[in-house]
Amino acid sequence: MIPNDRLYAKSHEWVKVEGDTATFGITDFAQQQLGDLTYVELPSVGDTFAAGDEFGSVESVKAASELYAPVGGEVVEINESLEDAPEKVNADPYGEGWLVKVKTSGAPEGLLDAAGYQAAIESEGH
Amino acid sequence: MPYVPHTPDEVREMLAVIGAKSVGELFAEIKDEMRPKSFDLPEGRSEMEVLAHMERLAAKNANPEISFLGAGFYDHHIPAAVDALSSRGEFYTAYTPYQPEASQGTLQAIFEYQTAMSRLMGLECANASVYDGGTALYEALMMAVRQTKRRKVVVSESLNPIYRVMLRSYTTNLDLELVTVPHAEGNTNMDGLLAAMDGETAAVLVQNPNFFGSVNDFSALFSAAHEHKAVCVLLTYPVLQSVLKTPGEMGADVAVAEGQSLGLPLSFGGPYLGVMTCTRKMVRQLPGRVAGRTEDSEGRTGYVLTLQAREQHIRRQKATSNICSNQALCALRAIIHLSLLGEEGLRRTALLSMERAHYAAERLAAIPGVKMLTQGSFGNEFAVLLPVNAYEAVSRLLERNVVAGFPLGRYYEGLENGLLVACTEKTSEEQIGLFAEMLRGVLA
Repeated sequence: MIPNDRLYAKSHEWVKVEGDTATFGITDFAQQQLGDLTYVELPSVGDTFAAGDEFGSVESVKAASELYAPVGGEVVEINESLEDAPEKVNADPYGEGWLVKVKTSGAPEGLLDAAGYQAAIESEGH
Repeated sequence: MPYVPHTPDEVREMLAVIGAKSVGELFAEIKDEMRPKSFDLPEGRSEMEVLAHMERLAAKNANPEISFLGAGFYDHHIPAAVDALSSRGEFYTAYTPYQPEASQGTLQAIFEYQTAMSRLMGLECANASVYDGGTALYEALMMAVRQTKRRKVVVSESLNPIYRVMLRSYTTNLDLELVTVPHAEGNTNMDGLLAAMDGETAAVLVQNPNFFGSVNDFSALFSAAHEHKAVCVLLTYPVLQSVLKTPGEMGADVAVAEGQSLGLPLSFGGPYLGVMTCTRKMVRQLPGRVAGRTEDSEGRTGYVLTLQAREQHIRRQKATSNICSNQALCALRAIIHLSLLGEEGLRRTALLSMERAHYAAERLAAIPGVKMLTQGSFGNEFAVLLPVNAYEAVSRLLERNVVAGFPLGRYYEGLENGLLVACTEKTSEEQIGLFAEMLRGVLA
C-alpha cells in the first residue's frame, strides 16, 4: 500500500511535509527493487540543497543508487540509527526507515500523489 | 592459442573473410597524417644476438658489493620459497578473481594478505592492494577529500619526496590545496603541522619513520587533527611495524605503505605493492577490491569480492578510484613472505636491521667532520651531514663499489651535504666497517 499522507518523486523518494519540516524516505517499491540494503549514506545536519539535488545514496548487495531531494531545504535531523541498521529501510520504508528531516525553503513542486505514483511505477513495466 | 605473429597466408585468409584487399585498405579510415611516419624499430635479430645485446646493456649497471641505499625501498632477504610458491601457474596466470567459483585460491590469498596488513597496521580494514606506495598515499588523500568534502591537505616535508612529487602530479588538475610544512632540520615539524591544520583541513599526511629515518609518535598530532575533523593518514615502513607503535594505536584513520620490503625484490623500481588499510568507518571510501570470507548455502567457507558497489565496473562515475587495479601477485608474495617469517621472524628482521643501522650511525658519526642530522629515535635508516657535498662523496665511493646512500640535496635545498644511510639484516658489520673506513679516506 502506498500511503496517502505524503508525496512522491519519480525517482522513488517520498516526502511528508508537516509545517515547514519535510521528512524524506524511499518507497517500498524502491527498497524492493534494491534488495537488502547494506549501507545508507546521508548528508550532515546543516547541509543545504535544492529540489532535485543529490543528498545521499543507498547501497544494496546489488548496487548503489543516489538519493534525490524531493524538495529543497536545510537538513535538521538525520536518521542515525540507519548507520548500524540500514535494513530498517527494507523493513519499514515509510516509518522507521525514514532518512532525513529538512527545514524546507519552499512548497513541494512537481511531485506525485499516491495514485499518481502507483500509476508511474506500473508504467515502468512492473 | 600460441602467441605467434600471423603468417602471410593467415593474413590473406583473414582479409578475404573481411573483404579487404590489403592491410592498408583495412586501415583506410585512419588518415595519412594521423599515422605514425615510422616506428623506428631495428631489424629483427637472432636469439644469440639479442642475448649478447642484453648482456652488454646489463654490464653497464654498477654492481656494487655493498649498498646503503634505502629512501623508501629496502634490500631485505627473500626466502627462496617465496619465488617457488608465487611462480606456480595457478597463481601466476590468474586473472581478476570476479568469479568466486573459479578463484577460491586467489581470493583466499588476498583475504589472508588483507588480514596480515590489517594486523600489521592495527587497523580494521585493508584492500587487495594498489600499484605502489605512492599511489596508495594519493588514494588515501582522496579518501579524506571524499569523506570530509574539504580541499585542503597538510603534507609534512619529511614525507618521502618521491611520493610528494607523485601527489603533486596526480592532483595537479584537481581543485585541491596541498600545504607542505617544512621539515625541522631533518625532523618532522610537529608545531608547524599543528599550526597548519584548521577547520578546512581534509587530511594530514605524515610518515613514520619519516624520510630521514626518525621514529615519531603522532598520537598527539592525530588527536589535534581529529578535533578539526580532519582525516589522519600515516605512511609507514611495514617491516618496522612489527616493532613500532602501530598506526591504529596512534589514532590514524588510514595507513598506507610501500610493500616492497615484504618479499619483493628491488628490481630497478617495480613492480611494487601499495598497501592500504583504514578504520571500519572509512571502509566505504577505500578504493579497490576487498576480498571477504563468507559461507555458502551448505555452510562451507567461501571467499568473494565484497563491498563492490563503488568499484569502477559497477558505477564508473561514482567509483572511489579510477585506478583500482591491484597487484595480486605482489600481494601474494607479501603474504607468503610474512607467513614464512612469522611474527617473530619479522620482528627479528626489523630488530637486526635497526641494530646494524645504529652501529653504522655510531661508526659514521665518529669520523671527523661527520655529524648526525637525524635526532632522537631512528629505525634502520638515518641521515648524516658530511663536510662535503654528499653527491660527490657518493660518486667517489661508487668507484670503489660501495653505494654510500641517498644524497638528500637532490630533493632538499640546503641539505646538499646530507646523506641518507639505510641498513637491513643483510648488511654485515664488516661491510659497515669497510664503508666507514672508506668514507673516512674520501673525506680526509
